[in-house]
Parts: sequence; C-alpha cells; structure tokens
Amino acid sequence: MAIQKVCGIETEYGIQVVHGDPNPIAASSVLINAYAHDVARQQTGWDFEDEAPGNDARGFARDDAMPPQVETHLVNTVLTNGARYYVDHAHPEYSTPECGDALECLRYDRAGELILIRSMEAADLAVHDGSRLVIYKNNSDGKGNSYGAHENYLMDRSAPFTRIVAEITPHFVTRQIFAGSGKVGAETSIHDGRRVDFQLSQRAEFFEEQVGLETTLKRPIVNTRDEPHADPHRYRRLHVIVGDANLAEVATFLKVGTTALVLAMIEDDVSGSRSLVLADPVTAMHDVALDLTFTTPLPMADGSTATALAIQWELFSQARKYADDRGLACMGDEAVGEEVLRRWEAVLNGLETDPMSLHRQLDWVAKLQMIEGYRERHGCDWGDHRLAALDLQYHDLRPSRSLFARMNTETLVDEASVVAAVTEPPRGTRAWFRGQCLKKWPAAVVTANWDSLVFDLGTDPLRRVPMMDPLKGTADHVEELLDACATPTELLDRLSS
Amino acid sequence: MAEREQKKKTTTERTEEVVEDVPGASATGDKLKAELDDLLDEIDEVLEDNAEEFVRNYVQKGGE
Repeated sequence: MAIQKVCGIETEYGIQVVHGDPNPIAASSVLINAYAHDVARQQTGWDFEDEAPGNDARGFARDDAMPPQVETHLVNTVLTNGARYYVDHAHPEYSTPECGDALECLRYDRAGELILIRSMEAADLAVHDGSRLVIYKNNSDGKGNSYGAHENYLMDRSAPFTRIVAEITPHFVTRQIFAGSGKVGAETSIHDGRRVDFQLSQRAEFFEEQVGLETTLKRPIVNTRDEPHADPHRYRRLHVIVGDANLAEVATFLKVGTTALVLAMIEDDVSGSRSLVLADPVTAMHDVALDLTFTTPLPMADGSTATALAIQWELFSQARKYADDRGLACMGDEAVGEEVLRRWEAVLNGLETDPMSLHRQLDWVAKLQMIEGYRERHGCDWGDHRLAALDLQYHDLRPSRSLFARMNTETLVDEASVVAAVTEPPRGTRAWFRGQCLKKWPAAVVTANWDSLVFDLGTDPLRRVPMMDPLKGTADHVEELLDACATPTELLDRLSS
Repeated sequence: MAEREQKKKTTTERTEEVVEDVPGASATGDKLKAELDDLLDEIDEVLEDNAEEFVRNYVQKGGE
C-alpha cells in the first residue's frame, strides 16, 4: 500500500520596496526579523547539517548541472507551528510544516499568508525612513524573472524514480487547467510568433526540460533533487517545482490533493498513465498554458492526440477506481481524499461546460473574469498597462490593496483555524514535536531543521534529537511525554532511556 | 467622470434584460453582473494610480 502522502508547500514571495533601499535581500531580512523578534519572539535558527540540494534522485548528476547553493548566512528561523521562515536568494520564503493531508496543507499555506501580512505590519513599525515593504504571492515579475512555489510529497523509496518521472509528467503538464494562477501576456521567447493575451499558468513558460536537477535555469517538469530530510532508505521526498502559488483555496487544495493521489497510484503501480505518455511534454506544457478552451490536441507518444482536459478526466477516472478498490488511507484522512475526488470531478465538469462558472474556485478564472470585466468597462486592449497592473495587484497580500481579497472566492478552511495554524503545529506529523518543543523551551532549542532538533541544556555537548520519520513525533506519540516533562533535560533523559 | 457615466449606462441595460428574459435565469445572471460591477467599482478605487510605473517598477530577482 502507498504510504501516507505527508505534504508541504514552500512559497517564495515577491518583495517590493516602495520609497527605500531596493535591495531585496536586505528587505527580506528586515521583514523576517521584524516578525521573528516583534511578533513571534522567536530566536531559534535553522540547522544546515542536513542540507544537500545537489543530490540527484537518478543517482548521477550531469557535469553541467547547477544545483542550488546552500546559503547559511541569511536570516533563517523556525516557527512554533513547525514551519521554516527565511530569506532564500532574494525572496522571503515560508515553508509549511509537514502536513498530514491536503486540507491541512492548505491551512498551513494560508497561515503563511497571515504570517507574511503580520510581517509587513511589523516591518512598517520597525522602519522609520518612510519606506514600505510590499509582499506579493505570485511567481514572476512579468519581465522574465520567476520564483517558485514548490510542493513536497513523502514517497516510498522503493518506487522506482524512472516510473515516477514517466507517470507523473502527464499530471504536471495538464493540472494547470485548474491549478494555474493566470497571467497577462508572456515574458519568455517560448511563444515567439504567437499572440499571447492570457495564460493559465504563471510558471509554465519557464519550463524547458522534462527532468533534471536545476530549479533556476533550464527548469525541469520533474525535479530530481534527492534530499529526503528523512530516513533515506525508506523515504523519498518528491520536490515539485512545476506549480504556481495559488491564492484561491480550492485551487491550492486540488493542486496538492490530486498530486498526492496520483503519486499514491504510482507508488502502488496501478497508474495507467503509461498510456498517457506525451510525445513532447515540454511543448505540451507551453501549449496547454495558452489554451483557454481546452481544445488543443496534444501529440501522444503512441501517435494519437489528447486534450489536457481529456488527460485530466482519464487521471480522475483512474483515481476514482483506485479509491473504490483500495480506499484512501494514503490521503491521510479518508474524508479529505473523498473531498479531493468530489472537487476534482466538479472542476473538470465546470471546465468542460462553462469555465467562467469557476470564478469562485480557481485563480486563473477569477483573474480572467476581473480582467475581462475591466476591459469591457474601460475599453482597453490587451496591451494596456492597467491589465498588467490588475494581474500584479491580484497577488498583493495587503488587505487594503489585494484584488484577490475582493473576489469573494470559496473557502475550505475557517479563518479561526488558519489563525491557530500560525502558532500551533499539525498534530499528525513530526512537526508537532518540533513546534511543541519550540513553544515549551524556546531558549533550549538552539537550532532545528526538518529531521532534528538541537538542544543546549547548559552542559556540553549540545544534544541532537533525530526525527528521521515524518510520521513519528506526532501528538499521539509524544503529547503525554511532553506534558510529563518539566524541563528539556528531563525530556532528553527520558528519550535516551 | 466618464467611467461613472459608463457604469450607469450598464445598470440601465441590465434592468431591461430582466424584463425580457426567463425570470429565474436572468435573476442569477443579473446578480452575477451586479457583483462584478461592484467588484469593478472597488477596483477602480484601489488599483495603483500610475499603472505603467507600478508595473515597470516591479522587478524581482529569480529565485528557487
């Protein structure tokens, strides 16, 4: 049986300085420090012991591959909800804690938005030079520079990586029809010679390879980074770089939920997507982004053609059958798995009959409806700067400015649970142990990362507590133990006895 | 000012449609259109004043 698809989302936010030093690294540091010091009162730093982003899942690395460098000198903090909040390159980045299911993942992604909003407010109070920081949850600046929103899924190490690559590719190429965030125009040379008014995806045009290690150049549809942050003999962490950052809750939920389900099928080797092999996945990905009516025939390896919508219907049918045959324990919570299937079917039906009817569910539809309405009211053509401004400001996180916040989209998690997720860790993964220790003994936890905590008990040496299994250290496992320990020394004594 | 006038005109047209159409269907369409009009009113108020400069100034470094 497929293992539970523990999942998480890492989001690199866009950052803009108005009336001040435009250096984005300095600005990101001010932002995160303002939050860590003034809001969360949190000092625990990140531990880089475990970082090896250059490891390749295929067991080799091409000589010309350029894996990301690990930057250890920038602001890097761990929050009591188990998340990591840090400066990555020139962006503030928030990684959700490990979540037990797609709905929880949505909740912690939304908590990340709240954390960034609170950070902006804290930074406003902290700086007195008249400058302001503005944060955007998007993936490109419209000028050819892209930054990511990566997903992570826990997988069984025994599933062959070549099979994962072959069988997840059709989903990654076509899921943008509901998971895309929409974009006005184009910004690379991919679509040369074609008029591009609007694309389904912010990111699709930045992908140039089917598989590879890079994340910033020659981006691949399937990323091979092999850094499990867990026992490498049992687990793989599939690092997914192909998606857009979503604001619409249904879009985030479906992006993560459908992907978890297709990966579970691949792990159980029941995915029939071998019959869905695209002849040229990269070109198909670019073409799907331009096809707002889902009629473009994509060439398949067997000589036939299929539309993105037809491929999604086929994946949905397989997933429905898989759930009926084997149940949905792999989705963490069976009810969440059923909700993924129900919403997946409803969205595909909507896309087939009346895509614009999904303006409360999907980002690209909400954005396109707003833009078409604006065009009609003001009579502007697609080259008008105001349309690019609408696109950008859709993603502005400031409540006073956000256009998304005015869209009245459907919500799946209530606001009180999102507020709680800003400080409380998920109960069903090791994030619970991480978050609770940080809450209970902030001074004693000197550093933390995904798979360990390092304690300073005031005596040499520092003590590292490994957490090599993402499904251990849950509330069920350690709540009683943590409640019973008055000091971190007591905890470590009991853990080592 | 021109924008305000245009909006009023749209409202008048919408009222006429209600009379001509099937009552149920047009009521739903009418509600959606009214919502979109309200949204566009709000957008007119909060959209950055100088769209060209706003878009030009938004420059990011690549990430990931």
